[in-house]
Amino acid sequence: MGVAEEPRTGVSAGSRTAEWWRPVLEQIKGIGPATWLSYAVLILAVLWALFPGLFTAYDAITGTPGQQLRAPSLAHFFGTDALGRDVFSRVVHGSVHSLSGAFVATAVGLVVGTALGLLSGSVGGVVDEIVMRIVDVLLSIPGLLFALSIIILLGFGTLNASIAVGAAAIAAFARLMRSEVIRVRSSDYVEAAIGSGGKLSSVLWRHVLPNSLTSVVAFSALQFGSAILQLSTLSFLGYGAPPPTPEWGLLVAEGRNYVATAWWLTAAPGLVVVIVVLAANQVSKSIRGRA
Amino acid sequence: MSLSKYLLSRLGQALIVLWAAFTLSFLLLQMMPGDAVLIKYMGGDFALTPEQLANIRQIYGSDNPPLQRYLSALTSTLTGDFGYSIDAGVRVTALLADNILPTFRLAGLGFLAAVVLSFTLAFLSYFSPFSWLRRVITMLPSLFVAIPVFWLGIMLIQMFSFRLRLVPVINPGPWVGLILPIATLAVPISAPIAQILMRNIDDVMTRPFVAVARAKGASLNWVFWKHVLANALLPVLTICGMLFGELLAGAVVAETVFGLNGIGRLTEAAVATLDVAVLQAVVLLSAATFVTINLVVDLLYPLLDPRLRKNAKAV
Repeated sequence: MGVAEEPRTGVSAGSRTAEWWRPVLEQIKGIGPATWLSYAVLILAVLWALFPGLFTAYDAITGTPGQQLRAPSLAHFFGTDALGRDVFSRVVHGSVHSLSGAFVATAVGLVVGTALGLLSGSVGGVVDEIVMRIVDVLLSIPGLLFALSIIILLGFGTLNASIAVGAAAIAAFARLMRSEVIRVRSSDYVEAAIGSGGKLSSVLWRHVLPNSLTSVVAFSALQFGSAILQLSTLSFLGYGAPPPTPEWGLLVAEGRNYVATAWWLTAAPGLVVVIVVLAANQVSKSIRGRA
Repeated sequence: MSLSKYLLSRLGQALIVLWAAFTLSFLLLQMMPGDAVLIKYMGGDFALTPEQLANIRQIYGSDNPPLQRYLSALTSTLTGDFGYSIDAGVRVTALLADNILPTFRLAGLGFLAAVVLSFTLAFLSYFSPFSWLRRVITMLPSLFVAIPVFWLGIMLIQMFSFRLRLVPVINPGPWVGLILPIATLAVPISAPIAQILMRNIDDVMTRPFVAVARAKGASLNWVFWKHVLANALLPVLTICGMLFGELLAGAVVAETVFGLNGIGRLTEAAVATLDVAVLQAVVLLSAATFVTINLVVDLLYPLLDPRLRKNAKAV
């Protein structure tokens, strides 16, 4: 905790690049093997999303006739489904839907929630009271039900489901940001900055925001993993991407009809979700551990 | 502040939260472009003329101005009337009454199983003679939270119903059929409880009074049951209150995966048919349950911890 109390203004002139890289290098030095592996998993998932053609030669939407319901083999790592489609290829091509959805969800929660928390924590008084009561109300509604209410409002689809998941996370982000602002605000250097004539808005931007960033970033990573889970749940229930989109939750839902005969149809995509979520959670833990 | 005053203010806060939850869900759900009347009667066998549609809307009161609708919805909700389900054509309260018990049973048993599982994990990690076993056990909760609930349910069906043939899939009987759903629910709910419990136990173990007890010759076993457990339990209560949302979401998914009747299936159907009245009732009911659980948890604290009782009197 001692390190986090030091002011990090981040905008020092002159040797700016050197200043910027030193803490990053120090961070990298102390990373354990589990965290390295987690970063590798996340990078691989992002590469799947960006360049699926590099990882699989099979088409994700049209199957090969005569290749239906093959068990996993060297030719088909995750086997094939009832239409002869390569499941590994569908998982690789599906990562773009799951990852971008989780990214949108996290961004919605992060931007709106952080803004609310920053407002609430820095202005205080009546504004703080009102915002925090709204946050209490949002937290009293179970996340899934709140997301479903938003989906009823916006309609089905990947983007709408992502916005719904993000909206359900706003309250948690707001609460975290507010407590961070209040913690940083009571520190000596912020008092000194205000005492030496800094405007509230510029003090917020230059001192409070950068210093509360670590825990917000850690929470975002956690939220990213949880968004993947929630999005896959929504598309499993049928409110997300429509078939034949190879979204991960939808893959599990489609494989469900073959549990008795083709275990790989549900097992493989679900396992990929578990591994990616584990990786995101581990990264979040490692960032938080360094705060 | 005296206890009754404290109680009253907490109760007042809870009521305000509920009123706000009602208003918020009303605003959200009434802003929708289409409505359930359109969905149900638009095409196919039910196709109606615009006049008939307007007539139906008048019967359900959905053509009144928003403020009037809000006020009438608020007053009828206060009297315990959630209106009619447009899709099923029956009172929402009747639907809820039919479906609440199975969900309550599933969620309750699932929670119980989660508590048992998390305490088992914590005990195992505490009493484990091998450090590698301890490390594996402490990693389990992180794994548990990363597993999608619906996937876990399907994998359990695959494993126990189709491979091992331990639990029949077709007509399993009311209680046998609950085994796998309860297990599905218990895994994700147990994770945060086990995490908090293990962290607390580790925390309490570093306190001076434990060292004193050990120095006096108390065994690890004695220290655990007499000193550590009671001190580690209290924060677990808080997390139990917070877990209600997870529990309900898990129940919704488990009911869908295992084809059980209950609030979860009702909610799923309500979203698919834009049955706003049902969804709003479910939202309100769960918000009320959440608020009540956390109120009870807060009130239980001073009963369980004598130190807090003293402080409450002093304040």
